[in-house]
Amino acid sequence: ARYRTVDEDFFEELEEVLISADVGVTTVMEMIEELEMEVKRRNVQEPQKVKEIISEKLVEIYYGDDEAADIEGLNENPDGLTIYLFVGVNGVGKTTTIGKLAHRLKSEGKNVTLAAGDTFRAGAIEQLEEWGKRVDVNVTKHNEGSDPAAVIYDGIQSAKSKNADVLICDTAGRLQNKVNLMNELSKVKRVIEREVPGAPHEVLLVLDATTGQNAMSQAKTFSEATDVSGIVLSKLDGTAKGGIVLAIRNELDIPVKLVGLGEKVTDLETFDAHAFVYGLFADMIEEYEDEEETL
Amino acid sequence: MAFEGLSDRLQETIKKIKGKGKVTEQDVKEMTREVRLALLEADVNFKVVKDFVKRVRERAIGQEVMESLTPGQQVIKVVKEELTELMGGDESKIAVAKRPPTVVMMVGLQGAGKTTTTGKLANLLRKNYNRKPLLAAADVYRPAAIQQLQTLGKQLDMPVHEEGTEENPVEIAKNAVAKAKEEHYDYVLVDTAGRLHIDGDLMGELQEIKEAVNPDEIFLVVDAMTGQDAVNVAESFDEQLDISGVLLTKLDGDTRGGAALSIKAVTGKPIKFAGMGEKLDQLETFHPERMASRILGM
Ligand SMILES: Nc1nc2c(ncn2[C@@H]2O[C@H](COP(=O)(O)OP(=O)(O)OP(=O)(O)O)[C@@H](O)[C@H]2O)c(=O)[nH]1
Ligand SMILES: Nc1nc2c(ncn2[C@@H]2O[C@H](COP(=O)(O)OP(=O)(O)OP(=O)(O)O)[C@@H](O)[C@H]2O)c(=O)[nH]1
Ligand SMILES: [K+]
Ligand SMILES: [Mg+2]
Ligand SMILES: [Mg+2]
Repeated sequence: ARYRTVDEDFFEELEEVLISADVGVTTVMEMIEELEMEVKRRNVQEPQKVKEIISEKLVEIYYGDDEAADIEGLNENPDGLTIYLFVGVNGVGKTTTIGKLAHRLKSEGKNVTLAAGDTFRAGAIEQLEEWGKRVDVNVTKHNEGSDPAAVIYDGIQSAKSKNADVLICDTAGRLQNKVNLMNELSKVKRVIEREVPGAPHEVLLVLDATTGQNAMSQAKTFSEATDVSGIVLSKLDGTAKGGIVLAIRNELDIPVKLVGLGEKVTDLETFDAHAFVYGLFADMIEEYEDEEETL
Repeated sequence: MAFEGLSDRLQETIKKIKGKGKVTEQDVKEMTREVRLALLEADVNFKVVKDFVKRVRERAIGQEVMESLTPGQQVIKVVKEELTELMGGDESKIAVAKRPPTVVMMVGLQGAGKTTTTGKLANLLRKNYNRKPLLAAADVYRPAAIQQLQTLGKQLDMPVHEEGTEENPVEIAKNAVAKAKEEHYDYVLVDTAGRLHIDGDLMGELQEIKEAVNPDEIFLVVDAMTGQDAVNVAESFDEQLDISGVLLTKLDGDTRGGAALSIKAVTGKPIKFAGMGEKLDQLETFHPERMASRILGM
């Protein structure tokens, strides 16, 4: 870091840091303007203080008019079967997250079951079955190539007959511009709605943290097809920051519910806006603080 | 966010310049500002964008543009030329070992499309080049990774060498190559597990496989939707493995795919093929000019 006080260079670097965190250039430019004003308004100079203000402000932007408690946690059915539907583009981490979530819910004492709604991708059913074995939950499956809506229907009947608390439905990855595949997904959702009033209790869109600006298009189109209620941000254990979820939250109002931090069964965490926001520019601040110390 | 609006905005700016008989430095500045935004919204890495815009600016205020009869069009030509140049004009040839089998290693982040692309590449080698490939299942970590490759092998009616999940990937790769030699296969395509570029142990494993089988190609498989992190990933894989090329997947989506440009810029390695769908015949030759237009949204 070249700067010593909080000046134009500081904000220029912050702009670059947020852009490289995939927040998106338009959103970043708006944010920087707000941040600069806020810092000026409060007339702060010390980077430590500025850091706090930036964090605070970004968290504020994230929550918007909502109370934290209202957008956190997974919705549940108070009387009967809770159903979660997982959707997303190819390879983002849907099946893996389902395995991790099943484990988490199970360790909370819930009776969990899974439905292998990806009947398309090679090895997808076997993959979910393997997760079912790992976390010791039942998996409803049909043959490869069969109708996904039919598997989900059977999954619901099986969950009901076993008095399960939660059914988690896997679906095949699909790119959001494939209209027929998005229609197929809407159909799956309609089956769930029909079989259990009030379900699905969450439609979770999995976004890969390494994804760039296309995640916005994913969120828009999947929402149109399935009314997405929350995001799972996967693969945050890498070097990508997943900053696009800020823009998605701003524009589409969809909150992040869970975060994926690895491939192990325990690598799933509840989203923490403060930690996330700090992570977006932590490197820069740390670099800055090192510099301060050596001065 | 102006995701869709950008190409329009760029067109607007270009239109303004196009009509002009004379282009001022101010015009060029404005135009390159829009180009910068377009590239950033297309996920081109911000450092790559910086260098690129600088180069375009220099050329655009130079003689070739200023003294041209249609300076507006000339500026646009410069932008496209520079972009295409950066994307690289390499032909999508795959190495052929002097003594078969040719060994190809597929590497990359989790979920990028390695296993699927392994199947596609085998299909392409047989169909277009009349080669006989052997698939090797060296991902012993991901649940059902071996079954996935086996299913693809069945669909292609092609053999898969696998040793279950207890054997070491280095041994599996070695044995696959030995088998290929013995049984006269032309190619061995080694599917490896997805891993993070910062995972020291697993990156070390890839280095060991490399040492053991001495591959003729190491392909980094990259998801076309990747954002700013693409440079970190590509640079890191290249540093640790000296990759020979890049295979871009999921280009059948609506992403602009700026990651492709970033990767080319930082590694200098050619992008050889593009995945255009989930089916095994959906692998195409990579076209740099088309990619340049797509990134700019033109
Ligand atoms: N590092 C890391 N890898 C992950 C994470 N979540 C999933 N993965 C890996 O990402 C790859 C793809 O995960 P899947 O669960 O198969 O993704 P999917 O969305 O079900 O994929 P499709 O069904 O093919 O669309 C696998 O190798 C997973 O182990 C995560 O949080 N961190
Ligand atoms: N639409 C589309 N999907 C693709 C393409 N290439 C791969 N996929 C899909 O992307 C997902 C991940 O592909 P895989 O081949 O399992 O990826 P991988 O890199 O082997 O994943 P890991 O082994 O878990 O690291 C699957 O759903 C594939 O069908 C492509 O070009 N277009
Ligand atoms: K991916
Ligand atoms: Mg899956
Ligand atoms: Mg694989």
